[in-house]
Amino acid sequence: MTKKRIDEPTGTETVGHEWDGIEELNTPLPRWWLYTFYATILFAAVYVVLYPAWPMIDRATGGTLGWSSRGDLAREMRAADAARAGVRAQIAATPIEALPANPQLMQAAVAGGAAAFKVNCAACHGAGAAGSPGYPNLNDDDWLWGGTLTDIETTLTHGIRWDANPETRVNFMPAFKDMLKPAEADAVAAHVLSLSGKATDNATGAQLFADNCAACHGPSGGGMPAMGVPALNDAIWLFGGTKADVTKQILAPRHGVMPAWKGRLDPVTIKMLAAYVHSRGGGQDPAPAAPAPEVAKGAAPAAKAKTDG
Amino acid sequence: MADTDDLERPAPSAPKPASSGRDWAAALGTPAPAPEAGFMGSALYEKGRTVHNKRIDGPFRRFKWAVMLVTLAIYYVTPWLRWDRGAYAPDQAVLIDLANRRFYMFDIEIWPHEFYFVAGLLMMAGIGLFLVTSAVGRAWCGYACPQTVWTDLFQHVDRFFDGDRNARARLDKAPWDASKTTRRLAKWSVYLAISFWTGGAWIMYFADAPTLTYDFWHGTANPVAYATVAILTGTTFWLGGFMREQVCVYMCPWPRIQTAMLDEKSLIVTYKDWRGEQRGSLKKAAKNPEAYGDCVDCQQCVAVCPTGIDIRDGQQIGCITCGLCIDACDKVMAEVGRPRGLIDYATLEQCEAEAAGAPAQPAWKALLRVRTLVYLGVWSAIGAGLLFALGTRTHTGLTVAPDRNPPFMLMKDGSVRNAYTLRLRNMQARPRDMELALEGLPKGAVMWTEAVSLENAAPVQVIAVPANATKVLRAYVMLPPGAGEDDDDLPFAFRLTAQDEQHETAREETSFAMPGDDR
Repeated sequence: MTKKRIDEPTGTETVGHEWDGIEELNTPLPRWWLYTFYATILFAAVYVVLYPAWPMIDRATGGTLGWSSRGDLAREMRAADAARAGVRAQIAATPIEALPANPQLMQAAVAGGAAAFKVNCAACHGAGAAGSPGYPNLNDDDWLWGGTLTDIETTLTHGIRWDANPETRVNFMPAFKDMLKPAEADAVAAHVLSLSGKATDNATGAQLFADNCAACHGPSGGGMPAMGVPALNDAIWLFGGTKADVTKQILAPRHGVMPAWKGRLDPVTIKMLAAYVHSRGGGQDPAPAAPAPEVAKGAAPAAKAKTDG
Repeated sequence: MADTDDLERPAPSAPKPASSGRDWAAALGTPAPAPEAGFMGSALYEKGRTVHNKRIDGPFRRFKWAVMLVTLAIYYVTPWLRWDRGAYAPDQAVLIDLANRRFYMFDIEIWPHEFYFVAGLLMMAGIGLFLVTSAVGRAWCGYACPQTVWTDLFQHVDRFFDGDRNARARLDKAPWDASKTTRRLAKWSVYLAISFWTGGAWIMYFADAPTLTYDFWHGTANPVAYATVAILTGTTFWLGGFMREQVCVYMCPWPRIQTAMLDEKSLIVTYKDWRGEQRGSLKKAAKNPEAYGDCVDCQQCVAVCPTGIDIRDGQQIGCITCGLCIDACDKVMAEVGRPRGLIDYATLEQCEAEAAGAPAQPAWKALLRVRTLVYLGVWSAIGAGLLFALGTRTHTGLTVAPDRNPPFMLMKDGSVRNAYTLRLRNMQARPRDMELALEGLPKGAVMWTEAVSLENAAPVQVIAVPANATKVLRAYVMLPPGAGEDDDDLPFAFRLTAQDEQHETAREETSFAMPGDDR
C-alpha cells in the first residue's frame, strides 16, 4: 500500500513506499526533461524506419533511405577516383622523361607509384624496395637494363625473360658446369672477387676469365648494364658475394624473371611505378649527350629493339 | 513592499538555520503540488515555472552590469582587433586558424606541436576556477559565466518589453490577444537578433573577420560557418531565452563540483538567521518586538533572485551568489531603519562566530587562507612556466625520421647511403634560408637532397624554407667506402641553423646505419 505524505524537514512529498522506515522523496524531472526523453524515443522510431536497424535472420532491415556503409565506401572510392582523374590524365599525356620537369606531377606520380609498388612489387622486391638475394635492390645505383626513367618503364612494361611478352628483355649466362673443372671454377671465382678487391688474383683464373667471360662482362668486369650484364667489379652481388656464391653462379647460373606488367597494369600506373623506383635514390639521369625529349621518345623503340636481341 | 511573492510556495513549517547543509529539495526548486492524475498516482514531471525577477539597483547590480559589459565587449570586439604580422601571416589579433593549424594570439603564434601551451592554459583555467571558488565562492556562476551573462541580458530584454516582475507574471497569464502576440513576437525577435549576433561573433574567431563577414552575407562562406551560426543561434535562443536557471540547476556540472569544493571558510551569500528570525511583518513586530527578528518577510530577496530561490532556506545549488538579494535586503533594511547586511557575503565560520556574539567581520578577511594561497601558487607556477617556455622557445625546428626499410644502402663503389625524412620548421612569418649540417660523422660524409643532386653533395647544405611553414625534405647521407666501423651504427646529429640575425638553431640526434656483416 502506498501512503503519500509531506516530509516534514524538506517539505517534499514522498512517493508513498516505505521500507523499514526508509522512505523516498518524490523529486520529479522538470517537464522539458521528460519531453526531451520522449523526443529521443521519437527519434529512435524514425531512425529505425529510415536506416538499417532491426536485426533479422541473415541481415538487418534495410531502412527506407537505402543507406549502407558499403555504399558510403563505394561513393568515397568513386569520388577519390574522380579526384585523381585529372592528374592521371596529365601523367598519361606526359612522356616519362619529361616528368621531372614538372615537380608537382612527378610528386603525384611517385606517390601513386609508392601505393602501387606495395600492392604489386613488394612481394619480391620488399616493402622498402631493398630486394633480397636474387631480387634486385631498387634503391642503389647499380642497374641491370638501365636506370633512367625510360629504361625502368621499359623493364616494367615488358619484363625480363618473360616469355609471354615478345618484347621482353632477355639475356643468358651459360652454365660452365661441363666446361670448367672444379679447380678452374674456383680460380675464376677468385679472379672475379679480386676485381673488387675481395680476394687475391691468380693467373689461371685471369686467363680463363679473359677467354670465357670478358666478352660479355668486360675485361675488367665492368659488365654491360644496358644489356642486363652485371658488373663484377662493384660491391653489389645479386646472388651473393661469397666465393661459394660466385662459384655456384659460374657453374649453374640462376636467372631472375621479372613479369611483364603490360596488360596487367595500365600504362599510367606503370609510369608512376617507374617514377617511384627512379626516386628511391639510385635513379639515373639520361646521358648528358642525350637528344631532346621529343627525339628521345622516338629513339626509345629503337633502343628497345636493340636490347631485345 | 506591496510586491509579494506570487509563486506557489508552501510556507516553511519551521525556520531553518542558514547552515543546515545542502538542501537538495530546495535546491531543485520547491516542488509543485502533485497533480491529480499521473503515472501510478505520481506526477511524471515537475511543472516548469518562469522566474520573473524584479529590477533592483545596488552595488552588486552595478558590478554585474560592469562585468556584463566587459565580458560581452571582449567577446564581440576581440575578433575585429588587427595585429600586423607582415606579409606571410594573417593580421587578426586573435585567430584560431583550424584550416592551417595555427593559433594566433597577439604576438604569440602556437603551432600544433606546441599544443601544450593550450593544455597549460586549460589547466590554468581549471585551477583558476578552484582559486576563485576557494577565495570568493561561486563568483564565476554569479558574474562571469556566459549562461549568467546572457540570461541577465535576456532578462533585461523581458523587462524592456513586458515591464517588471508583476507585469510580466500578469502578461504570462493573460490570454493570447493581439497585444500580447505582438509583444511576444517583438521580444522573441530581439532574443533571436541577440542569439544570431552571438553565433555570428563566434565564427569570427576562426577566420579573417572582415572577409568572413563579407562572404557570410554574400552566401559564399563555408557551409560550416552557416551551420555553426545556426546551431549557436538556436542554443543561445533556447538556453538564454527560455532555459535560463534550469541550465544551472539541472544541466551544469559546475554547481555540483562547487558544492563539493565549498567549506566553512568559503565566501557565500548567506541569510543571517540568528538576526532575522523570527521573521514577521513590521506590524506584527511593532505589537510584539521581543518575539521578532530583523527580517520583515517582505520577500524582496526572492523577488529579485534571477534563479527564483529563497536565500533564507540556506545554501543551495540554485544560488549562483550574484548578490542581488543583498542589494534588495540592504535597501529594505535602510527603509525600515535597521542595519544592513541581514543577507550578506560571509563564510559559515564567520556566521557561527557572529551568531555567538562576535562583531561582524568584513568579507574580504576570508580571502587570505592557506588553501587559496596554495591554489594561487600552483596557478602562478603554471603561468610562470608557460611564460618561460614561451620566452625561450625558438622559431626553428627540426625532426628527423631515418628510413627503416631499408635501413642502409650499399652502393656500387662500396659507399654506404642512409636516407632520412627531415621536417624543417620555419615558425617565423618570413621565408628563411637554413643551413643543414652533419655533426659527428667521419670525414668524407656528404649529404644531398631531392633538390641538390649527388654531384653537389656536401656535408652542409643551405635550404630555403618558406615562411610560416614546415618543409618536408628527403635527405641522403653517404659515407665513402671504408669510413666508419663496419658493424656499428654511427650516432650523429643534424644541425639546422637559420641564416638570419638570430641564428636560431635546432639539433636532432639520429644514427647512421652500417651494413656490418652484410658488406
